[in-house]
Amino acid sequence: MTLSEAEKTFILHGVQENFRIDGRNRDDYRPMELETSIITHAFGSARLRLANTDVVVTVKVEIDVPFPDRPLEGKMEFFIDCSANATPDFEGRGGESLATEISNTLTAAYSSNSVFDYTKLCILKGRKCWKIYVDILILECGGNLYDAISIAVKAALWNTSIPLVKSVTIDGNNVDMNVSENLSDCIKLDISAAPLMVTLCKIGDHCVVDPTSAEEQCSQGAIVVAISKGKFSTVLQTGGGSLHPLTLIEKLKLGAKVGNRLEEALSETLSKVKEDGEMGFLN
Amino acid sequence: MSKKELISKVGLRLDGRRADELRRIRCKLGVFSEPDGSAYIEQGLTKVLAAVYGPHQVRSNRLKAQADAVIINCQFSMAVFSTSERKKRPRGDRKSTELSLHLRQALIAAIEVEKYPWSQIDVYVEVLHADGGTINVIFFKFNRIIDLFRYFPACVNAATLALIDAGIPIKEYVCACTASIANDNQPMVDISHEEEILGGPTLTIVALPMCEKVVLMEMSQRFHLDHLKLVLEKALEGCKNTKNILDQAVQNHIIDVGASTGWAGTGEKVKR
Repeated sequence: MTLSEAEKTFILHGVQENFRIDGRNRDDYRPMELETSIITHAFGSARLRLANTDVVVTVKVEIDVPFPDRPLEGKMEFFIDCSANATPDFEGRGGESLATEISNTLTAAYSSNSVFDYTKLCILKGRKCWKIYVDILILECGGNLYDAISIAVKAALWNTSIPLVKSVTIDGNNVDMNVSENLSDCIKLDISAAPLMVTLCKIGDHCVVDPTSAEEQCSQGAIVVAISKGKFSTVLQTGGGSLHPLTLIEKLKLGAKVGNRLEEALSETLSKVKEDGEMGFLN
Repeated sequence: MSKKELISKVGLRLDGRRADELRRIRCKLGVFSEPDGSAYIEQGLTKVLAAVYGPHQVRSNRLKAQADAVIINCQFSMAVFSTSERKKRPRGDRKSTELSLHLRQALIAAIEVEKYPWSQIDVYVEVLHADGGTINVIFFKFNRIIDLFRYFPACVNAATLALIDAGIPIKEYVCACTASIANDNQPMVDISHEEEILGGPTLTIVALPMCEKVVLMEMSQRFHLDHLKLVLEKALEGCKNTKNILDQAVQNHIIDVGASTGWAGTGEKVKR
């Protein structure tokens, strides 16, 4: 979809008046739908639909060897798959650059131990740990991918249950683990500090949150901030265009405010999740 | 191979179906709004999403544009989390490319290609959930050989629905189904993963069920020539049944869409 100059001007004027094309304010989100446990093959999963944007996130865990310099910590890897279903531009290897950009940002946002406790994933110091694979599948792009992905990742991690290791025995170089047979015995991850990302898209003199794909086309650049408990875990400036330092600080403050609001909304939603009920793409 | 009976004495299969029963098919058209057409289908435990873009200008390689027919571009891909063991990459391996080609062949037979010269239609299918249980591990090596092809029928059916949702003229539904033979002479339809692992050969066909033409046929292992006819007939019957289910879904979808627009002001009322 490409916009004409007149359409762009229309959007720009709307943002100036704090009345966007779909009637929202500058700091409003579009409606979201969140589902958890939709993929039975995975240890945890979530699907988020933010208006036209649709992402599925699954979590799988495997046993791995910790990094030599961090023997007490587990690992986490993000993999993004831009499905061609989202847009024909993603066909073949077309989505790879976007996927790398998003996965690097996520890795940066989740890199600190104060954001996500990696020591919980350690099984045996220096020998065995859990490795979490977070696989993100983008099914439809309607703008604001970063926010949607970060919410879905957090929900999927919330949904994850890691098998309980009851005991570990060491026999020379062999490490034997006794994993609990009981399916209800499992560890839940602590995601209270997991970051949420907020995209602030600069259109004209103002910034909007949750841009649609049309608004993204009018923007002169965007800042993505990852907020974890009111603090920034990563900041990324994308797109062309430049910002004045003062504007930048102002936008970061706005980002933190919106991030906290989003955080509250998500934890409230997660506390209300029902385990049963019809789910998936049929509804 | 295990000698476990695929059809018991009372005529029931491992999952409780009879020989001529399909697994449950549930589907929905128009799941997404960005693509021109999209569909979601569940066949047993296999879950597939399909999206159709087009007809539009030839995008990738202008030289490929044809004066007398539309170009059909297909891509098969499987989410990394779709199988119980995490996949390394979603597409681009040999088997996925092969399936893309097969899918294209199947769809060309159904689409009225001469309607859109100098244009292109993109069909993308994404397997979200693959049928397969714990037996995977035991027969892992054997499993590799047949691996992806058993998701093919669901992909063809999903692509058909997405084409219909996109409003692209097709000659008729193109449906796919599998069939096999059990206890030496009893043909059975729509083979589940478990049966494929335990049992013998599997025949996959893509057919135009109304005119009873076979578009594509794929076979694993071997059949006796006498059995082939039986199995083929069974698979065709399966395609016809699948077509009826898809047709019902399309009709329901049209009623939903039509009713919400007030039948474009014609005032007509249709009851389900």
